[in-house]
Amino acid sequence: MTRTEPMLSVKDLHANVGGKEILRGIDLEVGAGEVHAIMGPNGSGKSTFAQVLAGRETFEVTKGEVLYQGKDLLALSPEERAVAGIFMAFQYPVEIPGVGNLYFLRTALNALRKRRGEEELDAMDFLALAKEKMKLVAMDQSFTGRSVNEGFSGGEKKRNEIFQMAVLDPRLAILDETDSGLDIDALRIVAAGVNSLRSKDRAMIVITHYQRLLEYIVPDRVHVMSNGRIVRSGGRELALELEQKGYAPVEKRQEAAP
Amino acid sequence: MTEFAQSLRDRFALVTDGPIRLLREAAFARFAKLGLPTTQDEEWKYTSLAQLGQLRFEPAAETTVHEIDRWTLVDCAARLVFVNGRYRPELSLRAPDGAFIGSLRAVLAERPELVLRELARHADWQREALTTLNTAFIEDGAFIHLPAGAVLQAPIHLLYVSTAPGKPTLSQPRNLIVAGAGSQATVVETYAGLSDEVYFTNAVTEVVLGENARLDHYKLQEESGRAFHIALTQVHHGRDSRFTSHSVALGAALARNEVRALFASEGSECTLNGLYMATGKQHLDNRTLIDHKSPRCTSRELYKGVLDGQSRGVFSGRVLVRQDAQKTDASQTNKNLLLSDDAVVDTKPQLEIFADDVKCAHGAAVGQLDDNALFYLRSRGIGQEAARSLLTYAFASEMVNLVPLGPLRARVRDLVTSKLPAFERLKEAA
Repeated sequence: MTRTEPMLSVKDLHANVGGKEILRGIDLEVGAGEVHAIMGPNGSGKSTFAQVLAGRETFEVTKGEVLYQGKDLLALSPEERAVAGIFMAFQYPVEIPGVGNLYFLRTALNALRKRRGEEELDAMDFLALAKEKMKLVAMDQSFTGRSVNEGFSGGEKKRNEIFQMAVLDPRLAILDETDSGLDIDALRIVAAGVNSLRSKDRAMIVITHYQRLLEYIVPDRVHVMSNGRIVRSGGRELALELEQKGYAPVEKRQEAAP
Repeated sequence: MTEFAQSLRDRFALVTDGPIRLLREAAFARFAKLGLPTTQDEEWKYTSLAQLGQLRFEPAAETTVHEIDRWTLVDCAARLVFVNGRYRPELSLRAPDGAFIGSLRAVLAERPELVLRELARHADWQREALTTLNTAFIEDGAFIHLPAGAVLQAPIHLLYVSTAPGKPTLSQPRNLIVAGAGSQATVVETYAGLSDEVYFTNAVTEVVLGENARLDHYKLQEESGRAFHIALTQVHHGRDSRFTSHSVALGAALARNEVRALFASEGSECTLNGLYMATGKQHLDNRTLIDHKSPRCTSRELYKGVLDGQSRGVFSGRVLVRQDAQKTDASQTNKNLLLSDDAVVDTKPQLEIFADDVKCAHGAAVGQLDDNALFYLRSRGIGQEAARSLLTYAFASEMVNLVPLGPLRARVRDLVTSKLPAFERLKEAA
């Protein structure tokens, strides 16, 4: 592997669900330390792309390849991808009644550590780690006693996702519409949590419908998806342009393309 | 007489003296006529006793066991242990003053008048063949009498252990719980097997609640994998009484647990909670009947089933609101989780209403694990099997959390997690 090889390299990725093609040839390279935003209208395939990267089996990859740290990502199960350092913050986090939030996260962390050949954390050490990370998203003690996402508000669920991300410490984080359903205060908290996790070893793909999030999480690159493809890529200014002009011009341009 | 009845007559002595001789004889004559039910009977449509009917049961040996620690509860007010249906004083812990808690056999011998007013007056031995069978061979079981106003904080534990090396054996515990006016207690019945042998437990528990009495009843069915288990809990509600049942059915090859409550007077409350978890080829049948015979009574029922492998679950719940039972408030819910393509559940909620001023609701659901939830867990690094177990636990945990916090809830939680693969540490979860 050379120094310049990207962490994630997606080439001509196609994916179907129920026989319908959702991803129609995605090309994307993300290097360590970079934050990429993927924007696009509803139904453009953003969430599908995120879930395909995380290993959701509902989607069938029909063509193309995804190399992660130089290896074939598509050959791995979702749990193997997590072990390899991939994390997706869900747009709709799942409620797991009866299972304590911290217990769940410790189980997940220790599953990762075990598979990586690292020592598992005991309850005390884990609690110390969890308390430190909870501060990043301003979560209070009451979170620890509750079941995973059960009865959480939309904002609490999203904060919980970022908290999980902080504890699991992934190399590649995919944030699927983490801003949806958040008011401005919650958005600030979540964005601050995400920013605190930016590092030269970690890459992030931030999927969002709105430019607003990118005022708080400033991306290195912005891509626009439409109809299952990335149709434009650029710097941060592209997001502002979309904010002003909407998605219609990029969609139109794509229709005009051969 | 059916062959099955004949084989019992040949092998089991009908006790020919004592205060309940006539009852036993009448019940046996009735059973000889009824025979075992078949799937032609509407009440037994989904549960076949054909295999059981082929077996020739021997009386269970009078014996004792040495290892009961895995079933005992810490902090119980009293513990009665029965091995193969017979009371074992050396394994039991006697009751504190203020309540009579002992063996039915002893009280029948010594003070039958304490028992005869209620015994076999509530469970229908005329029509229900298995109750009839139990009644024909009443011999031992637990007798609990709570005097008026007695309040026991710690649970009374009734532990039934079967050990049947060799031939298939039959034991038929018969329990009677009489709760005086204003009394309160918790009773836990545990049914367990020592070895993986074929045996048949056919138990009947009659519960008689006086005015304002309150009983919390737990039934933990952990029989051996080849056992047959049939049990009836029959509850008679006096005025303003409260009964809560938690049935946890995990063991046996074939089991049927039935709870019947009769609101004989006004103002009572009955809560029936049930959890059944079957794997392999297990067959777990759950049956309830709540008879709203009187006005202003409330019943709440929630049964949940988890069915894996080629197992089969049955829920048949009947709520009967009679003409005089105005201001009845009844709800009944059954939810099932099928973990495999081959698992089957038959659910039959029935609401029959003959009064007009009532509030009643019922519903049933059958579903599978949510793909999105599984993906969520796996995306966090939790392996597929453990993820399935965790979500299954999430489904069942509602029933665990209905048990008041304390050692009993921990026990129920451990029982549930013991049935889930790859999640040995789940017991720390909640």
